[in-house]
Amino acid sequence: MTVIQILLAVFAAFGFLAAVSRFRRGGIGLKQLTLWTLLWGAVIVVVLRPETTSDIARRLGVGRGADVVVYLSIAALFYLQFRLFARVEDQERQITKLARELALKDLKE
Amino acid sequence: MEKRVIVIPAYNEEKTIGDAVRGALHVADRVLVVDDGSSDRTSEIAAAAGAAVVRHAVNRGLGGALGTGIEGALRLGADAVVTMDADGQHRAEDAKAAFDRLAEGDVDFVIGSRMLEGKGNMPARRRFAQFLGNALTFVLFRKWVSDSQSGLRGMTRHAAERIRLRSSRMEVSSEFVKEIVDKRLRLAEIPIEAIYTDYSLSKGQSFAVGIQTALKLILRRLLD
Repeated sequence: MTVIQILLAVFAAFGFLAAVSRFRRGGIGLKQLTLWTLLWGAVIVVVLRPETTSDIARRLGVGRGADVVVYLSIAALFYLQFRLFARVEDQERQITKLARELALKDLKE
Repeated sequence: MEKRVIVIPAYNEEKTIGDAVRGALHVADRVLVVDDGSSDRTSEIAAAAGAAVVRHAVNRGLGGALGTGIEGALRLGADAVVTMDADGQHRAEDAKAAFDRLAEGDVDFVIGSRMLEGKGNMPARRRFAQFLGNALTFVLFRKWVSDSQSGLRGMTRHAAERIRLRSSRMEVSSEFVKEIVDKRLRLAEIPIEAIYTDYSLSKGQSFAVGIQTALKLILRRLLD
C-alpha cells in the first residue's frame, strides 16, 4: 500500500466519522447520513482497490478507471455547487422576508 | 377620492431623498420611503421631509426594498402605488401622470418609459445598456417594453396585491415585466423625462452590475 492510499483512506474515514457525529447531534438526517456513508465508502473502496474503477470504466465504456473517477467527481461537484446556490438563494429570500416583516411591523395607517 | 401612495426605495441617498420626498408629496397622499439599511441619514431626512419611513435592518437590494414598499403601501390602504427612484432622476409630474393613467381604469400597470419621448437626453452608453436589458427581458419573458429597467412604475391595488417579487437585487425591474405577463395584467407605457445628473448616473447600474443582473435573470429562468 502506498502512502497516498493510506492518507486518502484516513481522510475518508474522518469524513465518514464527521458525518456520523453530525447525525448524532441531529445536524443531518438519516437520508444525508446514508448519502455521505455511500460517498465515503466508495472513496475508501476506490482508494484501497483502484482496480475496481477500471472495472466500472470498462462497463461504462470510458477508457481508464482514473477518468471515471474524475468524471464522476466533476458531476458530483456540480451537483453540490447547484445545491449550495439554491440554498443561498433561499436564505437570501428568507432574510429579505425577515427584514420586511421587521420594517413593516410599526407601519400604521 | 382614491388613495395615492408613492414608494421610494432608498439606500444611502441623504443628498437627494429630501427633495424627492417633497416633490412626491405634491402628487400623492402618502409617500413611503423604504430605507434599505442605509448608513447615512436617509431615514431622518426622509421623515423630516414628511414621508412615512420603514427601515430594513440590513441592506437587501432594490428588489427587496420595492417588495417592502409595495407591501407597506397596501397596508397604508393605497388604491394606487407608484414607485420612484430616490436619486432625483424622476419628476413628480411624471408620477402624477402614472397615477392619472391608472385612474382611467383600463390598465393595471404603467411603466414610465424614458424612450418614448425625449430619448435624446439619455446618454449613449445608457441607451445601449438599456437596449440590451430590453432585449434580454423580451427573450426571457416574451414582452417588449421600451424601458424595461425604468424605476418609475405605477400599479393599481389589484396589481400590487398580485405581484410577487422574488429577486432581491436589480433584476427586479425585469421581474416586474415577468409578473405582468404571468398575472395577465394590462400594461401601458407612458413617456417620462429623466433628469440625468452626475449623481443619478453614478447611482445606476454599472456595466459590471448589469452583467450580473443579466446572468441572474438567465439562471433564474433556467431553474424555474
